[in-house]
Amino acid sequence: MFKKDISPGSKSKVKSSVQRAIRTQLVQTYPLLAPHIDEIIPKKEQLDAMKIPERVTLYLIGLTPLFYQHMTDALLPHLKLVHRFPTCFPSLRIDRGAIRFVLSGATLMAPGLTSTGGRLPTGADTEKGGYGELGGKGEEGKLYWDGEGEREGEGWYGGRELEKGEPVVVCAEGKLEACAVGLLSMGTKECKEKGKGPVVEEGHYLGDGLWRLVTE
Amino acid sequence: MADVEAADASHEPQSRHVVYCGVCTLPPEYCEFGGTVKKCQEWLKKNNSTMYERLWSEDALAAATSSLSLDAQKRAEKDAHKKALKAEAAEAKQAATIASSKVIIKRVERNKRKFVTTVTGLENFGLENKKVAKDLGKKFATGASVTKVPSGGEEIVVQGDVSEEIEEFFLEKFPVIPEDNIELVEDKKKKGSGAGG
Repeated sequence: MFKKDISPGSKSKVKSSVQRAIRTQLVQTYPLLAPHIDEIIPKKEQLDAMKIPERVTLYLIGLTPLFYQHMTDALLPHLKLVHRFPTCFPSLRIDRGAIRFVLSGATLMAPGLTSTGGRLPTGADTEKGGYGELGGKGEEGKLYWDGEGEREGEGWYGGRELEKGEPVVVCAEGKLEACAVGLLSMGTKECKEKGKGPVVEEGHYLGDGLWRLVTE
Repeated sequence: MADVEAADASHEPQSRHVVYCGVCTLPPEYCEFGGTVKKCQEWLKKNNSTMYERLWSEDALAAATSSLSLDAQKRAEKDAHKKALKAEAAEAKQAATIASSKVIIKRVERNKRKFVTTVTGLENFGLENKKVAKDLGKKFATGASVTKVPSGGEEIVVQGDVSEEIEEFFLEKFPVIPEDNIELVEDKKKKGSGAGG
């Protein structure tokens, strides 16, 4: 979606009622974000909306981009926000070989997820935890890794199967930080069964136009 | 610099602070895909040596590549090489355009003793006419607007004869423009309107 560079559009202030609506919507879409919502969007802070091409609205506070939204689709987190709260978003993991394709804006295909390096939700509903490479099993939302030693493959990718159309964060094998955000174009269960075809449609990835957008 | 991976979950602000590469803006672990690997490495070594150790030490590299098949490795390498070349070429090209292009500040007589000043050629230095015009207007407290030139392209028109001040202002504010590349033109139909593009 953001392959080309974006020139910053005009910023406008968001009405406080709309701001409240966005907050509730966020908590609904990302339940794990609930404990942090006050830190992400403090009640007193003025939220700004910036219009960028392709009918996308980017929400920011001050200079920090937070979320973007295509028309009235789900609110998707900006990668900088994902890096700040990596455990709060449903995630998948791709193998090493797929990273370079994702970072050049390709649609994420199933083989990158189903191979040994990739991770998909396990399918057991009862499991709970923080998502992503930094999310520890059972410790909800807690960042447990202390920066020492190898913890390859210890990330937790959720028990619940994700449905088609859900927002998802894409982590990568051997990397701590997430590398892309997008909407699922195929449920994770179907992905496991079929093992081919596109899974995450064009979204926001590291180094794309949205990433490089200067928000003065 | 604060430790990146410091898991400060127990403290008040719960967000992590992530270091981004100063060269390619990606998180340093993704620098290898950015095309400017060499520069990124140098930057990281200088700015965050612990992270450099973690990412670029030989063990780490070996571990990273071991999981890929040989074929895939080769392809990835080739791809990376191509990307690096591309990035280099783009950089060189940009440097060339900067070296060859000129900013022309022209004083145009409007009405006997009244003048306007036009500025062309800023686009090549990655500046936006509209923003610069606003700045100029603020700085000199005059009208400053962006107008289209019949020959194509745009120019900034500032009311009043402020050509020299503009030159000084540019030198101070936009160090990307070398001093030699700013040209002051006095009269009307001499040259310059074509150079702005």
